[in-house]
Amino acid sequence: MKYLPLVLSSLSRKKLRTLFTLLSIFIAFLLFGYLAAIKAAFTSGVEVAGVDRLIMTDKITIINLLPYAYKNRILATEGVDAAVQSTWFGGYYQQPRNTFAQFPVVAEEYLEIYPEIVLPDEQRRAWLEDRGSAIIGRALATRFDWQVGDRVPILSPLWRNKDGKNIWEFDIAGIFDAGKEGFDTSGMLFHHEFFRQGRAFGEGLVGWYIIRVTDPDQSEDVARRLDGQFANSSNETRTVPEKAFMQGFLNQIGNIGAIFSAIIGVVVFTLLLITGNTVAQSVRERTSELAVMSILGFSRLRLLSLVFIESFFLAIVGGGLGLLVAQLLVESGGDPTNGFLPAFFIPGEALWAGVFLVLGVGLISGAFPASRALRMQHVDALRRAA
Amino acid sequence: MALVEVKKLSKEYKRGVETVHVLRDLDAAIPEGDFLALMGPSGSGKSTLLNLIGGIDKPSSGTIDVGGQRIDNMPERKLTQWRAQHVGFVFQLYHLMPMLTAARNVELPLLLTGLSRSERKQRVAAALALVGLSDRAGHKPKELSGGQEQRVGIARAIVSDPSLLLCDEPTGDLDRKAGDEILDLLDGLNKEHNKTVVMVTHDPHAAARAKRTLYLNDGLLGTEPEA
Repeated sequence: MKYLPLVLSSLSRKKLRTLFTLLSIFIAFLLFGYLAAIKAAFTSGVEVAGVDRLIMTDKITIINLLPYAYKNRILATEGVDAAVQSTWFGGYYQQPRNTFAQFPVVAEEYLEIYPEIVLPDEQRRAWLEDRGSAIIGRALATRFDWQVGDRVPILSPLWRNKDGKNIWEFDIAGIFDAGKEGFDTSGMLFHHEFFRQGRAFGEGLVGWYIIRVTDPDQSEDVARRLDGQFANSSNETRTVPEKAFMQGFLNQIGNIGAIFSAIIGVVVFTLLLITGNTVAQSVRERTSELAVMSILGFSRLRLLSLVFIESFFLAIVGGGLGLLVAQLLVESGGDPTNGFLPAFFIPGEALWAGVFLVLGVGLISGAFPASRALRMQHVDALRRAA
Repeated sequence: MALVEVKKLSKEYKRGVETVHVLRDLDAAIPEGDFLALMGPSGSGKSTLLNLIGGIDKPSSGTIDVGGQRIDNMPERKLTQWRAQHVGFVFQLYHLMPMLTAARNVELPLLLTGLSRSERKQRVAAALALVGLSDRAGHKPKELSGGQEQRVGIARAIVSDPSLLLCDEPTGDLDRKAGDEILDLLDGLNKEHNKTVVMVTHDPHAAARAKRTLYLNDGLLGTEPEA
């Protein structure tokens, strides 16, 4: 504590420079937090995928539908605990840009397989009782400001109903939350029966199956067994763990994780240069002062510590504030796309990575000026000052 | 009894391919309680000798004994501690920390001690009172005159009560009046507080205030200026 005035005096020597450095670190870490949340939005599906869930699709493409008749055979397969079908509905609300995911599912089965869906009992009952109703995720409700009891028209270019129209109407029976951080709440679930009876074509077909296995360690064997059953049929299947399925989906867009990591890397590297330069400049300007302090009896280790305290102070105040504000913004302001992203949060590990980066910035940016202070020769430093 | 004793002291620098001999086999003894002025032309080695006695530079050869301790072969870490306890430095350009108040500047050497905050405060107040700057304790260097800055520098040098004061041209940057005030102060510290003072100066007027004067020329020490 007794050295605090010394550190503060060094930082207040060029107030504007210190302020700008703090600001640049602050903005960099604010950006880091925000980018981490966006990265998580794209990749959280993979992270939260259940280890006990498999996805069975058509072997060639997910666009090809599978027979509903497979369901009983799937359920009868050794190692399978439960199965539920789902289908890509591909609709949008009012305008094509208002697209989001909608899936017809068997409500009870789906809720059982996905315990991550948190729905109040009353709303759960309401959904199960009304076949024309749907439940929506919290992010979707926020996006369109939908409430329980609203009736929403969804236009599906893929699925025409028996009235010859592509518009389907749903009563919102409930709004579900994520029981696990990162679980997608940007979609809508409605009854498979409602869909089956209402659609003008596709009788007896479903999009894919979500299968829960009794033992996650046996997933691969179960998947092989399942695909083996339907080999050489007109609808051969491909069964993969949910995680791999999600990853494969993501890979169609590109390596999102690598892209964001690259951006974050560039931001942090630039920041290191800025902070390192500022601290180095500040120390260079004070070479004679450091020499005098050394002459007065400050050991080189103590001078080294003072330089590091300065660089850590800048990094921790600027970076810590940046991370804190990012967290507050993400939590309070929520998804900047207003619900388009399936989930929006800064994962715990990203926050920890941010904390380590803050410390890294403090350490690396202080290292060069500190080594300068360590090598300083008293006489030369005083001569330069004169 | 000699507080400082140097024997066969030499210091040389490399300047490109040339070797510059600043001090050559120099012998000298400075008794305790002395007020010694070191004079000589620029480049004669005055400041180098001062730096060597103060342990902020290392000799090329020879020995330096201060208060019974060999400092020429002392490791850097130990030497730093030794400086903090035994030597006070006064610089021509004061070398105060511009962002710290006079009191904080004076307190600097005390930060290295185990003194409590109130004890440090007490010592700082006493040192500032001794140099007549109690009323300027809260002022920063840029708010002080040159003479006042040097007095703060002296307060900083004596606050940890060292036995040896090394002053490198302490009046070199001051007008005559302010310079005289500084010399009065050094004189008082020598006579009333028994500090041993070694002062490098170009100014015969300043040297006249010392008890004795030694002249350095071409790396050699004498009692008379070179004709």
